[in-house]
Amino acid sequence: MPRKPVAKFTIDHLQVLDEHGVVDAKLDPKLPDERLLEMYRWMRLARELDERMLKLQRQGRLGTFPPNTGHEAVSIPVAMAMGPKDWFVGAFRETGGRLVRGEPLTSPLYYYNGWEEGNILPDPALRITPVSVVIGCQVPHAAGLAFASRYQGEDAATVCFIGDGGTSEGDFHEGLNFAAVWKAPMVCIVQNNQWAISIPRSAQTASQTMAQKAIAFGIPCVQVDGNDALAMWVAINEALDHARSGKGPYLIEAVTYRLMMHTTADDPKKYRSEAEEKCAWEKEPLIRFRAYLAGKGLWDDGKEGALIAEVKEQVDQAVRAFEAPVDWAQDTAFDHVYGTDHPHLHEQRAEFLANVRFDGGKEADHG
Amino acid sequence: MAKLTMVQAINLALTEEMERDPGVLVLGEDVAQDGGVFRLTDGLLEKFGPGRVLDTPLAESAILGTSIGMAMAGLRPVCEMQFCGFSYLMMGQFEAHATRMRARTHGQVTLPLVIRMPYGGGVRALEHHSESREVLWAHLPGAKVVLPSGPRNARALLAAAIRDPDPVVFMEPKHSYRAFREEVPDEPEVLPIGKAQVVQSGTDVTLVSWGAMMRPTLKAAAEITGKRGVSIEVIDLLSIAPLDAQAITDSVRKTGRCVVVQEAPRSFGPSSEITALINDKAFLYLEAPVARVTGYDVVTPYFGREKHYIPSAGRVARALETTLDF
Ligand SMILES: Cc1ncc(C[n+]2csc(CCOP(=O)(O)OP(=O)(O)O)c2C)c(N)n1
Ligand SMILES: [Mg+2]
Repeated sequence: MPRKPVAKFTIDHLQVLDEHGVVDAKLDPKLPDERLLEMYRWMRLARELDERMLKLQRQGRLGTFPPNTGHEAVSIPVAMAMGPKDWFVGAFRETGGRLVRGEPLTSPLYYYNGWEEGNILPDPALRITPVSVVIGCQVPHAAGLAFASRYQGEDAATVCFIGDGGTSEGDFHEGLNFAAVWKAPMVCIVQNNQWAISIPRSAQTASQTMAQKAIAFGIPCVQVDGNDALAMWVAINEALDHARSGKGPYLIEAVTYRLMMHTTADDPKKYRSEAEEKCAWEKEPLIRFRAYLAGKGLWDDGKEGALIAEVKEQVDQAVRAFEAPVDWAQDTAFDHVYGTDHPHLHEQRAEFLANVRFDGGKEADHG
Repeated sequence: MAKLTMVQAINLALTEEMERDPGVLVLGEDVAQDGGVFRLTDGLLEKFGPGRVLDTPLAESAILGTSIGMAMAGLRPVCEMQFCGFSYLMMGQFEAHATRMRARTHGQVTLPLVIRMPYGGGVRALEHHSESREVLWAHLPGAKVVLPSGPRNARALLAAAIRDPDPVVFMEPKHSYRAFREEVPDEPEVLPIGKAQVVQSGTDVTLVSWGAMMRPTLKAAAEITGKRGVSIEVIDLLSIAPLDAQAITDSVRKTGRCVVVQEAPRSFGPSSEITALINDKAFLYLEAPVARVTGYDVVTPYFGREKHYIPSAGRVARALETTLDF
């Protein structure tokens, strides 16, 4: 018996817009102008919100949060391509996509200031799952959601996000494997921003690409320039078509860069060079998209200035709403432990309220 | 003697143990280059090199699973769970293997490993970063669960945990990481695991706690002593598995009254076990029912509401007065 290859695989890399905003005419999805402008507007808004959140955090007006700057071209085109019945299953660095999908700007503000109210959607029909802090857990959820969509006869797909670090968790592999075996309509987007806190991509996996992890499960995949919103648009549309047509899941590796600190509690100087960061800033997604729009005669400095003023005002309004006094009850935790009524919780709630009264509603002294 | 924070004291214990025993190594997410997200393992990489201080991929189950393999081969891995909220991903390895290997092989294979994890609330952190779930581990036979309360005992207990022949879950109260400093002796210290410390002796009531709750507990004890001139015995358990039944029994037989302070939700927590123990061993000495000051049986709220859910010195003081007045 001779030894011979039984399987061979290749991984494609897709880029439509280069760093200077030059478009590959053959690959250009030829989006209508208004869609392009809409895409840029979302990216600008997400960037503005992120920058404001960082300021608020530094001023003590917001808790710890993971900045999203640099990731706009990943989740925003994806969310724009999704239909109303599709499920958006985020990790925690897709604020832009969440906004596109219909989350109010106040949601991330509440959420990152320690209020569950930030998880409450204006309408559950938006089909956005809450931020998934525990890395990887959302992938099996997505496989289950995708299964359920098909079971319920919906022509819908589930889009799930995970980071490069997240691909090391068992749940990532287990979830993808289930989705593949079930041929579930799921798209997994690996947001490869080169870092998982201080762990570089090279120490996270010995695989040459993140995309190829899909091959092991029999899932088609592509590696995409994740700073290129048009490439993401092309890739997500192919992936959604694939998933919706009953062929099973699809995986997109979006190659991008975490331009900021992991969270506001992190200091990247401990583990990466400023030269590397500087180089990454030159490839960031907004610059090239703006150049592309300008090249098409759709954009100029005047329009940019007007848009920045407009999104600033929008963020200002959200911050004002977020900082307006609220009278949310302190004892809501007792409302949502179970869907059924339990006497021991009534007793404990009474005790809790008495204790809050006793402490005068002040910051309790925990030593 | 140097005045150290708990973070520095734990770092010192790791350094001393790694210097003492070449089989000791440190592994976990971000522990090497970054020095840990709390900077607790800072400097170890420089001192001991990447062969002994390992930045791992992001996978808790494999962090413990590989530690089990290393320990089977005779090494003494000290692995880190970045936050206790992520430790549940390794619970399968813990229950199925870490706690059972000794019994499974009648002692032929033992697992001298330590799992360090920051736990507890009060630091304005995101979801999953504020829980106190020591009971999940303590319930499993074969698991030792150690909870230091200050820099000095943290250093001495971690040394003991590393030298211990069995798996030890070492839960570090992150609220106390940098909240205060303590004199830590120059010479290495080792405290026995399973022995409580009477940090203040007294005759009128016994106050029992551990970990982060020792601070509000001691504050309340000082307040009530000043206010009422009573004599309060304060016990710091230091480990909840094994539990120092003797120390609790002796104290409650002497004082006849007991208040237990626990950060975790009330039901099925260590305070329930302690109350049952007192019922078994000291019932006839009791002048008042055992009182418990605990977290509530709710899902830990995000930090906007958290402050009222963590037992406060005021709550402990009120429970002390009720117990004294019974
Ligand atoms: C199960 C689990 N382990 C550890 C953590 C702590 N943690 C939070 S984010 C992170 C790194 C995530 O890296 P990656 O998946 O690449 O996402 P990115 O932060 O780069 O967006 C870690 C280790 C966590 N949240 N969940
Ligand atoms: Mg990453």
